[in-house]
Amino acid sequence: MGVQNRIISYFKNYKFKDHAIGIAFIILFLLAIVIGWPNFIKIRNLTNILRQVSYTGIIALGMTLVIISGGIDLSVGSMTVFTGGVSLYFLNLFGPNSILGIILTIVFSILFGGFCGFFNGIMISKFRIAPFIVTLGTMSIFRSLIQYFSNAGNILSVNSLYGKIGMASFFGIPLPVWIFGIVAFLLHVLLTNTSIGRYICAVGSNEKVAVYSAIKVDFIKLIPYVVTGLTVGIAAMMWTSRLNCINPSDCTGYEMDAIAAVVIGGTLMSGGKGSIIGTVLGAIMLGMINNMLVLGGISPFLQPAVKGFVIIIAVLLQYNNDKK
Amino acid sequence: MNKSQFAIEVKNIVKEFSSVRVLDQVSVGIKPGEIMGLIGENGAGKSTLIKIICGIYQATSGEIFLDEQPFLIKDYISAKNLGIAIVPQEFNLINHLTVYENIFLGNEIHKGMFLNKNLMREKASKQMAALNMAVDVNQLISELSVAEKQMVEVSKALMLDAKILIFDEPTTTLTSKEIVILFDLMKKMKANGVTMVFVSHKLHEIKTICDRVTILRDGKLIAIEEIDEVNEKHIARQMIGREFSQVFPPKLERKAEDLILEVENINIVNLLKNVSFNLRRGEILGFAGLVGAGRTETMEALMGLRKRETGKIWIKGKEVKINNPTDAIKHKLGYISEDRQGKGIVQIFDIPKNMSLISIKKYKKGPFIDKKKEDNTAETYIDKFNIVAASKKMELKYFSGGNQQKVYLSRWMDTDPEILILDEPTRGIDVNAKREIYEFIHSLAESGISCILISSEMEEIIGLCTRVYVMKEGQIRNCITGTAINEEEIMFNATGLKGKI
Repeated sequence: MGVQNRIISYFKNYKFKDHAIGIAFIILFLLAIVIGWPNFIKIRNLTNILRQVSYTGIIALGMTLVIISGGIDLSVGSMTVFTGGVSLYFLNLFGPNSILGIILTIVFSILFGGFCGFFNGIMISKFRIAPFIVTLGTMSIFRSLIQYFSNAGNILSVNSLYGKIGMASFFGIPLPVWIFGIVAFLLHVLLTNTSIGRYICAVGSNEKVAVYSAIKVDFIKLIPYVVTGLTVGIAAMMWTSRLNCINPSDCTGYEMDAIAAVVIGGTLMSGGKGSIIGTVLGAIMLGMINNMLVLGGISPFLQPAVKGFVIIIAVLLQYNNDKK
Repeated sequence: MNKSQFAIEVKNIVKEFSSVRVLDQVSVGIKPGEIMGLIGENGAGKSTLIKIICGIYQATSGEIFLDEQPFLIKDYISAKNLGIAIVPQEFNLINHLTVYENIFLGNEIHKGMFLNKNLMREKASKQMAALNMAVDVNQLISELSVAEKQMVEVSKALMLDAKILIFDEPTTTLTSKEIVILFDLMKKMKANGVTMVFVSHKLHEIKTICDRVTILRDGKLIAIEEIDEVNEKHIARQMIGREFSQVFPPKLERKAEDLILEVENINIVNLLKNVSFNLRRGEILGFAGLVGAGRTETMEALMGLRKRETGKIWIKGKEVKINNPTDAIKHKLGYISEDRQGKGIVQIFDIPKNMSLISIKKYKKGPFIDKKKEDNTAETYIDKFNIVAASKKMELKYFSGGNQQKVYLSRWMDTDPEILILDEPTRGIDVNAKREIYEFIHSLAESGISCILISSEMEEIIGLCTRVYVMKEGQIRNCITGTAINEEEIMFNATGLKGKI
């Protein structure tokens, strides 16, 4: 099929619901320019938005797989601070300027997050406990542990180089944003172009069908939680290196932001269908809304309320489209 | 009272589901205080008729009279208010409530603002005692056996003081001892003037308990007979006796010594007992029986979808271990489930994704899926099976039953099976698609693939199969071959009038 035909067939098959987020985006953008003029349009402000959303955005990418598989992960916020805290302790085992320590800490952080996700996943797939319950439990466990280790105080890094990573940027774009993009690309390929991605959708859509099609359901259900753990590990690493410290009360509400981005991105809460690109757009949209509210001088206490409404409206649109 | 008066009468009832007529001008009158049997094959329209009487469905046209007054029964609640109650085939009980709470659900006794729990307990206990059930009414439903649940369901209906009580195949889950208790109870209620409808598959039960019997076939009323004037064989013949409307391809006789599959002594507690059978290369083997006879369970056990307690499987003379569907597929077995929506297709996948769900390894290029190859294969199946779709990228939920079934078939064909099990492959699909599927099964057998066909539609079994195993209550009753494959023979074996154990 030629490019021209492709474009024609794209518009022929155009359905509003598939692109509601794109349209909402344009409207929001125009609105942002009006409200935030002239500060919103500044490159510095735009990159700032991207940087702000990339921490929870990366986690939302993993969360997309979890929700497509028919589950949910409430523990990601606690997991981030737990992973971040433990990896700072790990980093401090090395000298103040150890580059080896930094490299090992990055690997450690990602693996540790993956391990936390593996724990969630095993409880859910092998022991068949509801995802909501398991991750509600670990949400509490992870945060409690790091509070105990740190006596509820700041955990400081002794490595002065570590903080440079978090503030690094390439070609004017901050490192976290690059990583957000790369992880999004990888998971997009995983979801759309590999059999594992296909199986995750099948399991989320109808587990019975998957069983009858000889899919190893237990294994497939485990994967999204491990992936989410890995994304949490990455986010934790970036968060700790940005401030070169972490406080056990940081990262609260990350689960809310991640789930919100997924839902706004058009992934079905009932599982089976969703898109990584949607989640990326959803995360950026949330960031834009926050930014607009700030520029517009609206009380920060109201910001979560707006976020809440946006989630509800997103699901409402989904539901109404499904009925048709 | 006028002699011709009916407690309830339905006149010219027609019911259509999306223009498929499932009940056609059915008129039945039931006299006060009688037990009316209602019998027919699967899909004859029994359940639809009683659901209309109970207000669960609305008739497309036709009238219902109670004591010769026309009534519009618009939902189940209005049926209840008119004194009509049903003991449903599938349980409508809430597992985490107690026995008495279930019995009085929606019908609670109050004392002022509050529930009168003591009175409810007392009444429920009395009722259960009358049914000879030693069940504590404070027990949770989830702790009860299936038979006990059935009795709770009966009590629930009795508690409504119904004038008309409908039993929808109540005996399928009961032991013979419990059936006797139920029948005694029915006789007692009959003496009290309660009118009853008794739906069953089982001829001897109809003969034992009913005064008259209504026979339905293909949505039409065939006969209303006085039970004393007919014998069981006569009823069975009337249930089935229809013309063959389908043209089936000629049958293929296969050599008895060329066995591809042998199954010996599959046992699963309460489901299957000593099930043994064999399959010849390139034959179409039928499995007949009534719903719940254990045919699906047998095939699920064979595919490794159910745990077998005992049972050996040989494929091409070699004993094989099949513990899960992956093993089964490795040995070139395929199983098209009867539950297309629930266990077959992925509703929100398009055709290529549904097609390649099992065979996806064939489409891998490195770690990735070669979507072009996948699409091309899907195209060939769309042509081969004549799948009608606006676009192959459309989600399956928008397809008709027949087209969904063809996509489901192509998924299994793509695994290159040597043995294909088709469980009710034509359920819920239109006549043309049915014929295409018959021709497809025939061409499979011609090409040397062995097929096992489970069907509740007699004409499919008779028209396609060279040998037929008939199952009843988890056991194989008989293996019928050649000219003996006819409706009478199958029905007699399936209902236990004939055959050995």
